[in-house]
Amino acid sequence: MEVNITINGSEHASDVEPRTLLVDHIRRTVGLTGTHVGCDTTSCGACTVLMDGTPVKACTVLAAQADGSEVTTVEGLKGADGLHPIQSAFTDDHGLQCGFCTPGMMLVGASLIAENPDPSDDEVRWAISGNLCRCTGYINIVKAIQTAAARVAESSNGS
Amino acid sequence: MVAPTTPAEIGGIGHSLQRKEDARLIEGQGNFLDDIDLPNTLHMAILRSPLAHARINGIDSEAAMALDGVLAVVTGDLMDQHGLAWMPTLSGDTQAVLATDKVRYQGQEVAAVIATDPYIATDALELIEVDYEELPPITTPQQSLEEGAALIRDEKEGQTDNLAYTWETGDQGATEEAFAKADRVVTLETHYPRSHPAPLETCGIVADINSVTGQATIYMTSQAPHAHRTLFAMVAGLPEQNIRIVSPDIGGGFGNKVPIYPGYVVATAASLLIGQPVKWVESRTENLISTGFARDYYMKGELAVTDEGRILGLRVNMLSDQGAFYSDAQPTQFRAGLFHVVTGSYDFPAAHIDCKGAFTNKAPGGVAYRCSFRITEASYLIERLVQNAAYEVGIDPAEMRLRNFIQPEQFPYETATGFVYDSGDYPTALRTAMDEVGYEDLRREQAEARAEGRLIGIGIAHFTEAVGAGPSRTYDIAGLKMIDSAELRVHPTGKAILKLGVKTQGQGHETTFAQIVAEVLGIPANDIKVEHGDTNHTPYGLGTYASRSTPVGGAATAVVARKLADKSKKIAAHLLEAADEDIELASGVFSVAGSPDRSVTIQDVALAAYTNLPEGMEYGLEDVTYYDPPNLTYPYGSYIVVVEVDPDTGVWQVQRMVALDDCGVRINPMIVEGQICGGLTEGFAMSAMQWITFDEDGNCIGANFMDYLVPTAWETPRFELLATEVPSPHHPIGAKGVGESATVGSPAAFVNAVIDAVAHLGVRNIDMPVLPDRVWAAIEEAS
Amino acid sequence: MFPSRFDLVVAQTVAEAVEAKVDAGEGGRFLAGGQSLIPMMKMRVAFPETLIDINRIGGLDAIERANGHLRVGALVRHADVVASDATFGAVASAAPWVADPLVRNRGTMCGSVAHCDPEGDWNSVLFATGADVIAQGPGGERSISIADFVDGAFTSTLGEEELVVGLRIPVPSGRSGGAYLKLERKIGDYATVAVASHLELDDSGAISAAGLALTSVNPINTKVGDAEALMVGQQPSEELFAEAAELAAAAAEPRDDVRGTAAWKRQVVRTYTKRGLAAAAQQAEGS
Ligand SMILES: Cc1cc2nc3c(=O)[nH]c(=O)nc-3n(C[C@H](O)[C@H](O)[C@H](O)COP(=O)(O)OP(=O)(O)OC[C@H]3O[C@@H](n4cnc5c(N)ncnc54)[C@H](O)[C@@H]3O)c2cc1C
Ligand code: FES
Ligand code: FES
Repeated sequence: MEVNITINGSEHASDVEPRTLLVDHIRRTVGLTGTHVGCDTTSCGACTVLMDGTPVKACTVLAAQADGSEVTTVEGLKGADGLHPIQSAFTDDHGLQCGFCTPGMMLVGASLIAENPDPSDDEVRWAISGNLCRCTGYINIVKAIQTAAARVAESSNGS
Repeated sequence: MVAPTTPAEIGGIGHSLQRKEDARLIEGQGNFLDDIDLPNTLHMAILRSPLAHARINGIDSEAAMALDGVLAVVTGDLMDQHGLAWMPTLSGDTQAVLATDKVRYQGQEVAAVIATDPYIATDALELIEVDYEELPPITTPQQSLEEGAALIRDEKEGQTDNLAYTWETGDQGATEEAFAKADRVVTLETHYPRSHPAPLETCGIVADINSVTGQATIYMTSQAPHAHRTLFAMVAGLPEQNIRIVSPDIGGGFGNKVPIYPGYVVATAASLLIGQPVKWVESRTENLISTGFARDYYMKGELAVTDEGRILGLRVNMLSDQGAFYSDAQPTQFRAGLFHVVTGSYDFPAAHIDCKGAFTNKAPGGVAYRCSFRITEASYLIERLVQNAAYEVGIDPAEMRLRNFIQPEQFPYETATGFVYDSGDYPTALRTAMDEVGYEDLRREQAEARAEGRLIGIGIAHFTEAVGAGPSRTYDIAGLKMIDSAELRVHPTGKAILKLGVKTQGQGHETTFAQIVAEVLGIPANDIKVEHGDTNHTPYGLGTYASRSTPVGGAATAVVARKLADKSKKIAAHLLEAADEDIELASGVFSVAGSPDRSVTIQDVALAAYTNLPEGMEYGLEDVTYYDPPNLTYPYGSYIVVVEVDPDTGVWQVQRMVALDDCGVRINPMIVEGQICGGLTEGFAMSAMQWITFDEDGNCIGANFMDYLVPTAWETPRFELLATEVPSPHHPIGAKGVGESATVGSPAAFVNAVIDAVAHLGVRNIDMPVLPDRVWAAIEEAS
Repeated sequence: MFPSRFDLVVAQTVAEAVEAKVDAGEGGRFLAGGQSLIPMMKMRVAFPETLIDINRIGGLDAIERANGHLRVGALVRHADVVASDATFGAVASAAPWVADPLVRNRGTMCGSVAHCDPEGDWNSVLFATGADVIAQGPGGERSISIADFVDGAFTSTLGEEELVVGLRIPVPSGRSGGAYLKLERKIGDYATVAVASHLELDDSGAISAAGLALTSVNPINTKVGDAEALMVGQQPSEELFAEAAELAAAAAEPRDDVRGTAAWKRQVVRTYTKRGLAAAAQQAEGS
């Protein structure tokens, strides 16, 4: 069936089988491999993308269900004026090690700080509790998301 | 901690430099195994046994073959025709690639489908019919060794029982003597349950064999690409010069990506037969049920102690559950890895360790999950025992440790089982951690809380790890000596490439190894590109596991950089018209002793190496070093955990976790701390929730992430980190390695904390994971 | 890992969805949030021939109070329940503990109710609050009390051709409170044990209505009717709740499994019932 999904601002029309999972569509048909697969039980969040701004697990959404929606993947975080604050904060605070969970973590973080400009440690931990990381112990991920929030707040106060 | 000697622009040792690998990873431009998309790639899916033990009477794959898009169904018989139905393991056993005779565990590989699409390959699995004849499963090693137990390895010549190995070390006579002198013997029987490294990226392979040229390019999630190339050459009979293993970005390894798995062999064979690239990426379920389990040790430890709390000796009996094949990735000489480091941080003269392993109808593995070959089990046992001994003797667990520690002046210290610890100051470490946590106050609070019916526990673990295998006289895997290498080439513009035999899986090698070179040569770390993982482009090495990268690969890097520094000094002397021995090098500047204004930079020297050399010197500025470490390194740490237990439900919460680590010199403190936080989390996970168990039919419980519990940010405790820095005297830069310390050391601290909360009731053991029902039952039983 | 093949019908209206279901017959299945169904299809324990996607039907995404009820449409996601100001008591207390934040962004409350997973959280909350399920089939709309709706593990009395279009949860008019205490091993885990409690107080402070239900300790979510009856007319007290907790523990018939022993689970039921009722009473007294 025909689906038309706007991914990171560009439209992708393609013919997919109804059973195609959104994550496979993004990775295999569209060729954006920054979105990962880490499990088969909707548990890990490595596949997280934003669907119309809301983080979802793309391994548990059919590509057909995303027809007509706007999807943001990690490749779409960077804007015309450079890295998204969440991206630079992950580097600055050592929020990643192997980097496999990182796209999902950053997307959840970006959506959190869009709603909550000053999240507490607990609020960040709660928000990322659908995403697993095996490397970092989360501490620096939490820190990075808070750093990004503070930087966004600072730049919007300044402007 | 020691201050860095290089300026920040150079970024040598001691700088918390930002990681170079991050740039690609934060933009989704990493190149993980499943991201590799070669033209004409076929996809493989594996049919696995639903039963733990059954004879295979026949496999009907006709319907699967008939499915549109299916190219082949590979069975054990087909593999057998090519001599590949069985393969050697890293412990000298053999393992079935695809089952021919019997299935010996749930999840065992039975057949594989090769199709144009992974969805179709999965569809085809459902069309394969296997005629199984069920056999009674054996699910515990105790059951396995009983008289008359069914023989699991009936195909193995000379095997008449289910014993996988026996191994003994230490001095039995001396140990008996020590026990005879003891005022009391403290005994602990405990199970270190089966666990799984479960890196977030599962294992996978893309095998691309060109049937015309014979060139085999094999992309795989490998922690040890060079060793894997050699093993592929030996197992599959492919000429080694035609094999190129590329280990791309790896989404965590933790030991899971050390062994060679049946899927790799089948995919490679299929690519060879079909002449197209074949990709296989494990599902999480496959990962958890078939590859790389860890631990599963049943341990009985006995400590001989005096009434003054002095340890006189240690006796250990251990029975391991090996699953259906004995496949521990470990040094050949030692049948239970480095389990005999079990004497821990304590000074006593005698120990005797008696081990055996049994086959069961469970998945094989025995990998060193964030662990230096079974040292995790060892560290856990001794730290639990010492804590219990303190209760029995009636002294504080911290005091018990302080009375028995190896003292700073005793290093190098030879343990009762023959390890020579390189350096350390244990009392300072423990006291520092105690001060930070406020130990005395906590003990008072604990007593007050108890009076109100609240249960607070304080748990200590002071571990010593043995990492960096290892010296060639003792350590080899499958005959390959456990040396490692570094190749360094400085280009005319003064920028460098460093090529490593080890392989990062997230530890930050691209940054820290550049920092080692920066320290020695003064080339800014950001001007040094670090390559690893591609066997055609890197020197030989045994790979990254058992915390060996820094101790061995890092040492090789320092040594090769020093070789280039020596040559550079000669070139500098030539440029400065001074005597070689008058040249001093600091932060990339070569100057003449006594006249610091006469100087050239490393960049000047690099250019001269290709343009303007002293008489008789060979052009170029590059070299390679193979480093054979003189000894292991021995990082250690003192961990203190505070928990509160809900007496009504047994649910426990970590209140505080203070972790002091001494891993010698810290190359990049930020990265070191990152490693520690990750390791502590896995230690917490194992103590609290993360395990794989089986029902009596041999069904794996823990087969996916709904059942195999990996903590989220919500459950994970906050950690307070501390450091001391006693360098390793034999390592070229004094570093000891840290990737695994926290996983090795912390489980005992968490468990000891829960036990401590209920120790006054007489509770001395709760097996991991310390599930709330176990805690509640222990309280009920005791009261 | 990958679902088997199926046909997909994207319904634009309830009528279309129902018609598609009639057409598809036994092999047809509605797709709401997909957070139970898609994982089951990926594990190949569910093989629908036709999926009828209801996500594009308009007007089903409201959660609001009307006529003394909290009405929850079929496309209200768990996250919408968390965010809503219209919720109360046990409903508000349970919502954040369903699944994980990302699953909550897709999964629906009605889908969970329809799915009748005995480890699912919502049906216990509906039992405790005395809610109705609104179903629409070819013959029109009907309302089914939750007690009549839940039939067994993964089975309900919903007609083969009916769609759950919404829930109707009575909103107490007087002082009330509720709680959902869930023991889970980690975020994203189903309940090992959970207790939904709901109390309403009259002017004298006595309990005028009580709801108590258990998750994961029986083959289906369990309403503890005798404990509810015991409490009505009584003043809230520690002793009363302890008595109710004994009845709850007796109503639980958990199994020994990897989550823990039956004896311990019963103990958790006892403890969480006491604590849940105390929290509900405290909330009611303060309301
Ligand atoms: C990782 C994970 C953890 C979870 N943890 C929990 C938890 O802790 N507690 C909990 O309660 N749930 C949990 N869930 C399940 C989650 O709440 C689901 O969202 C819910 O069970 C089903 O809702 P859905 O909208 O996703 O339904 P779907 O998956 O779309 O459908 C489920 C079933 O209900 C049927 N159905 C759906 N909607 C309707 C309707 N309107 N009318 C008739 N039939 C319908 C479908 O045909 C299907 O058979 C978890 C899920 C995941 C993936
Ligand atoms: S891959 Fe989607 S949740 Fe794990
Ligand atoms: S950085 Fe490796 S899983 Fe998170």
